[in-house]
Amino acid sequence: MNVETAVLPQKRFTIKHGSWLVLSLLALAVVFAPLPTGTAVPTTHTLHLEASSFAFSPAILEVNPGDLVTIELTSTDVVHGLYLDGYDLVVTADPGETAILTFTADKSGTFRFRCSVTCGALHPFMIGKLKVGPNLLLWRGIALSVLAALIGLWRFRQ
Amino acid sequence: MSRYDLTRIPAVKTLVVNRWPQFILRAIALAGFVVAILAGLFGTPVGSRNLSIVFVWIAWWALLILAAVPLFGRGWCTVCPIPMAGEWLQNGAVLGPRKKETGDWRLVTGNLQSPIPSLRLRQWPKRFRNIWLQNGGFALLALFSAVVLTQPKVTAVILAIFLFLAVGTALIYERRAFCRYLCPVGGFIGLYSQVAPLEVRVRDMAICASHTEKTCYTGNADGYGCPWGVFPGGLVKNTTCGACMECLRTCPHDNIAIQIRPVGADLTVARGRKLDEAFKAFIMLGSAVVYSAVMLGPWGWLKTTAYNVGSLAWLGYALAFLLFILGLLPGIFYLVTWAGMGQRVNLRVVRQRFTANAYALVPLGLAAWIAFSLSFVFANISYLWPVLSDPFGWGWDLLGTAVTPWTPYLSRIVPILQTLVLVGGLAWAAVTARKIAEEKRGGTALPAIAYCFFITVGMLWLLIG
Ligand code: SF4
Ligand SMILES: [Cu+2]
Repeated sequence: MNVETAVLPQKRFTIKHGSWLVLSLLALAVVFAPLPTGTAVPTTHTLHLEASSFAFSPAILEVNPGDLVTIELTSTDVVHGLYLDGYDLVVTADPGETAILTFTADKSGTFRFRCSVTCGALHPFMIGKLKVGPNLLLWRGIALSVLAALIGLWRFRQ
Repeated sequence: MSRYDLTRIPAVKTLVVNRWPQFILRAIALAGFVVAILAGLFGTPVGSRNLSIVFVWIAWWALLILAAVPLFGRGWCTVCPIPMAGEWLQNGAVLGPRKKETGDWRLVTGNLQSPIPSLRLRQWPKRFRNIWLQNGGFALLALFSAVVLTQPKVTAVILAIFLFLAVGTALIYERRAFCRYLCPVGGFIGLYSQVAPLEVRVRDMAICASHTEKTCYTGNADGYGCPWGVFPGGLVKNTTCGACMECLRTCPHDNIAIQIRPVGADLTVARGRKLDEAFKAFIMLGSAVVYSAVMLGPWGWLKTTAYNVGSLAWLGYALAFLLFILGLLPGIFYLVTWAGMGQRVNLRVVRQRFTANAYALVPLGLAAWIAFSLSFVFANISYLWPVLSDPFGWGWDLLGTAVTPWTPYLSRIVPILQTLVLVGGLAWAAVTARKIAEEKRGGTALPAIAYCFFITVGMLWLLIG
């Protein structure tokens, strides 16, 4: 009895901390592991994008990292704009006209773009996505979620 | 579990017990509330240029969900202006309890004069002493959210309805019945206040037991009887405590404390778990998912559908929304709970475990709301600067900020924050689910954790995918 109570707490302690250590190391690996962002040779892309209240069409654009991207933004009704998250670029298109935004897709990941000109009730929700190579943040997030779920499943006691 | 009693610090105690600090905050909130209603009614119909929309749905919402709820629980209810007018009428005073001229300041149950002459205030009907009305109110409002969030007039009308309902309820029913049983916001603040690191609790139950007058409930010359109709000695969770600070004023034995506690302490308290609260968890979690898809997704048709209230397509959307939050999410969770209990359990036990397990969804849902709000708030908070200068959109420039351009803030960092919040919420939910499963007849936590995992992955995909 005495022996048990003397030994057991320390044993629990070790297992618990060992598990935490493993989990933390795994989490660090998930967050910082260098993952390939795509190997395609950079090309030039011209993407035509139509803006109308309250959607972009197509709503999802895909390019490869390093590509030289030209977005031709046309508005079919009122003035709309495009603000690209992460790149912090803006362009505005008057109705019937085409505005041009050219940039190098030097950051990889998935970025939202949103209308930058108040165009009506749903304006703040006029949103599209630009995918530059694989969405590593999403994959890291999912991998971290697996670890987070494991924290719950792990029985640290005994 | 360890607690730190903040009210042992004299300065804190004074700040809380003195009525002025709270009153000043409430007065400011009331002024803002009234201006928001006026701006909504008489200002520009362009939402992003009208103070009502920007103040309420961006600034207030950000404060509420990103700070007040996670840090202070019902902290908003402490300073909320909505019940103020009703309380003034009920108490016959603006600051402090009813004076002695009626011969009795005590809020003795069933013995309280309504502000309407010759009417006695009633107790809230027994059948509705739960949060089902709040669940219904929130779900109903959520169906119209695309309009409410963007139309200043609609927002103003809804704020005014809140005010009228609160006053009306105070004329007929005792105490802050509106707050406790009707307010759709109060319902979810209560649910999520369980995660907060703060709580109001009695220090020593034995002192309460021997104090036959229970002035914290009945009121005395120092304050009202609990406006939320709660006996502090019986508090085990934050949900029904409005953090109004009255019991700190009325307790003659200095027996009430505001304590710092481990976060989420209420979630693993088995006592007092209820089906209406479980459903609140599903309604909130489901709404966060739907809002993320509708408002922040790339699907224009979905936005238009949600906005065209009354159209056939909208009816379909409303039906799908309700089915999702009230049918699909709880339905799958029920099956999952069942699966986690092995065979040979009766359905009553399954139902009881369903309710218990749903409390693991509280941190998950709060995280989902925070993650949703992060992108919405940081992308649009710069609308605040122009409306502060030009609240009605009439071309004023009070502070010289009327033409500040719209710029999303932190657009590089927000997706990372969202990921961390969602993953953190999942970890917290998973640990909570395991603790709940360790209760008697708890079954295994695996299915509930898997459920939370899939919701998290879905939210990740919607928000950063
Ligand atoms: S007034 Fe104080 S001592 Fe009396 S019942 Fe209330 S909390 Fe307990
Ligand atoms: Cu637009």
